[in-house]
Amino acid sequence: MATIIGGIGTTHVPAIGGAIAKGLQQESYWKPFFDGFKPAHAWLAANRPDAVVVIYNDHGLNFFLDKLPTFAVGAAAEYRHADEGWGLPVSAPFPGDPAFSWHIIESLVADEFDVTSCQEMLVDHAFTIPMALLWPDTDARPVITIPIEINTVQHPLPSPARCLKLGQAVGRAIASYPRDMKVLVIGSGGLSHQLDGTRAGFINKDFDLMCLQQLVQQPEALTRYTIPQLVELAGSQGVELLNWIVMRGALTGEVSKVHSNYHIPISNTASALLVLSNRAVTRETKYRKTG
Amino acid sequence: MLSSQQIPGTTIFNGSEAEKGLALNKMCFSFNSADNRAEFLRDQDAYCAKFGLTAEQRAAVKARDVLAMIAAGGNVYYLAKLAGIFGLNVQDIGAQQTGMSVDAFKTKLQQAGR
Repeated sequence: MATIIGGIGTTHVPAIGGAIAKGLQQESYWKPFFDGFKPAHAWLAANRPDAVVVIYNDHGLNFFLDKLPTFAVGAAAEYRHADEGWGLPVSAPFPGDPAFSWHIIESLVADEFDVTSCQEMLVDHAFTIPMALLWPDTDARPVITIPIEINTVQHPLPSPARCLKLGQAVGRAIASYPRDMKVLVIGSGGLSHQLDGTRAGFINKDFDLMCLQQLVQQPEALTRYTIPQLVELAGSQGVELLNWIVMRGALTGEVSKVHSNYHIPISNTASALLVLSNRAVTRETKYRKTG
Repeated sequence: MLSSQQIPGTTIFNGSEAEKGLALNKMCFSFNSADNRAEFLRDQDAYCAKFGLTAEQRAAVKARDVLAMIAAGGNVYYLAKLAGIFGLNVQDIGAQQTGMSVDAFKTKLQQAGR
């Protein structure tokens, strides 16, 4: 059976793609951010996932407001990046696995999450940048990627409580896949930031640090927020925290923190990285706990 | 429907905003294509007309006024593609919207980390 080995939350600011393309990782502005990924690289090298499920939000590359799903799951053999309009270098395509995708879609719909399935799907920087950050060596990347896209642009957005439940359903879907492979779940985006309005530049360090702490052991604590409260506390685009909540929901075993990094600012954003390991709770460990 | 009234300086991009801004956002979505960006730069008025922008939206685009674009229903995910054509990044548009210099806006961001 497939095993979920962990989850990683990471920022996906487009400027990171430019910094990678220009090789600026060791310049003073970028160093505290990029150096934060070294322990994540070591953990990935030791644990080597075969597949990665990326929870992210599209910024107007694949989806437009004419037809906008709340939750969409890729079901393609390959996911291409493309010109996003603002000069970000275009990444090489990412391989998919339609059989695994359709298993996830079947399981989610049976679990009452009526997702949109996408046999053709462009992935934007919110998908490509976490991949570039976590696997700078493209040859070391997992051979299978599955995109799960969450609407964070057009209100009403799904609530944090709903997103945690979606994550739990994603976790059940992965764990029921009858193929031996190690799966990593990525939550992309955030943390606090706001690009628009006279409140542009809003960052909330206290709220972010609280979220980074609660995501480890008490993700339920984040489900008490409504979307307007999340906009107020994390900023208009800080609602990308929803992607992290879905990621955390998918970790249904014993979760512990491997590493975290938090740095302000990258572009207009409070950047963050959180690496969580997930140890499947077997019958034996369950017995030990209760006995 | 969620509204923005509770959060100062913030527009909740709800159904009525999306309805109001559809033409403007659709034009900005078209800027994923380099050919469309070039066509816009050749004749901005004609390109705005092709997408049926309102007079308010056309005036906001002409003035490169991000707050006016948002007031006309623009969403920043799409507007950022237009800002990119003008060579403006998110610090530039942050400074413009808050009435600060770009340096002062960057300093404000750095201070949020302390």
